[in-house]
Amino acid sequence: MTVPELDSEQVAVYQRPDALSDTNTHYCPGCTHGVAHRLIAEVVDEMGLRERMIGVASVGCSVFAYNYFDFDFVQSPHGRAPAMATGIKRVLPDRIVLTYQGDGDLASIGMAEVVHAAARGENITCIFINNTNYGMTGGQMAPTTLPGQKTTSSPNGRDVEVNGYPIRTAELLSKLDGASYVVRRSLHDPKNIRLAKKAIRTAFEVQKRGLGFSMVELLSICPTNWGMTPRQAIQWLEEKMIPFYALGDYKVNPSVADIKI
Amino acid sequence: MPPKGRIEVNEDLCKGCELCVMNCPQEVIALNMERMTKRGYHPAELAKPGCTGCGICATMCPEAAITVYREVIQKPA
Ligand SMILES: Cc1ncc(C[n+]2csc(CCOP(=O)(O)OP(=O)(O)O)c2C)c(N)n1
Ligand code: SF4
Ligand code: SF4
Ligand code: SF4
Repeated sequence: MTVPELDSEQVAVYQRPDALSDTNTHYCPGCTHGVAHRLIAEVVDEMGLRERMIGVASVGCSVFAYNYFDFDFVQSPHGRAPAMATGIKRVLPDRIVLTYQGDGDLASIGMAEVVHAAARGENITCIFINNTNYGMTGGQMAPTTLPGQKTTSSPNGRDVEVNGYPIRTAELLSKLDGASYVVRRSLHDPKNIRLAKKAIRTAFEVQKRGLGFSMVELLSICPTNWGMTPRQAIQWLEEKMIPFYALGDYKVNPSVADIKI
Repeated sequence: MPPKGRIEVNEDLCKGCELCVMNCPQEVIALNMERMTKRGYHPAELAKPGCTGCGICATMCPEAAITVYREVIQKPA
């Protein structure tokens, strides 16, 4: 049906952020990588940081992130984004430097890089997408795969006796003295998406004030490799992931209290 | 009366994922099953009156495909 146009005066209350380029993404329908991208872009616009941002893309489905943001971006080898971001930030301390990494990238092959970047208190921000599998390569088991979860490389479900236990990255990094702001949020509903955006904003403010390492872990859906519709995947995240990966603030530098958003 | 609103979906970007559809509190968005975008998806669109311009659909959209408009409430003179 055709909905009649409004006759009253109207204003645009939400528009696509300028910090996103006009490109169509290659992400699967419903993939919340897109939501995470949008939130980063909204925060960059709101803070007026477009000329100061440098993003570091990783290896995984988000490998082409540099095509989707309208600010400076580089792409690093698998897992090495925090090391590359360290170099960039140390050479260009006035820039706001962001890594964008999946759970295979950050919590498996790149675990050493992120742990040491946090331990050194590097003044960078890591956006960490936890979708419980290796999305790009076909849904293999990741360090974040839940106990019993079926993936293409754990067809009978993750057996913790054989494959070990999942890693709760936010909790782990929060124990390091150099970490200033480490939180976990989720992208499954409007309320949690708003909280995720606020956390990204806080992380950038932490970096702007030179307070040290920040990481925002975002629970995300991978409908394609989970073999679900986006609708089912959202429900699965809420029912299965959140009980295991509790949302919350794991490390908050006391100076963060002075940050008013 | 709630404010009146309207959304516009950029069909070059929409992938018919329904995250907007399932979250619209007024239940006024639906996929148009009679049309397909040039990328082969059924696009989301306003299917009935009643949009309040709350912006929740845009908060969910992974493609940043939705622009939300809301009427300006005129203050009494
Ligand atoms: C050194 C190296 N080893 C392995 C690969 C293959 N590889 C590409 S993407 C990927 C996993 C990505 O998964 P994740 O980081 O969870 O991101 P997602 O795709 O789920 O967003 C792997 C192992 C590679 N590209 N380089
Ligand atoms: S494979 Fe999964 S993570 Fe990758 S784009 Fe598709 S839904 Fe997103
Ligand atoms: S703006 Fe609000 S009411 Fe209007 S379509 Fe979007 S979610 Fe529904
Ligand atoms: S959330 Fe966005 S991409 Fe998905 S159906 Fe709605 S408008 Fe299309």
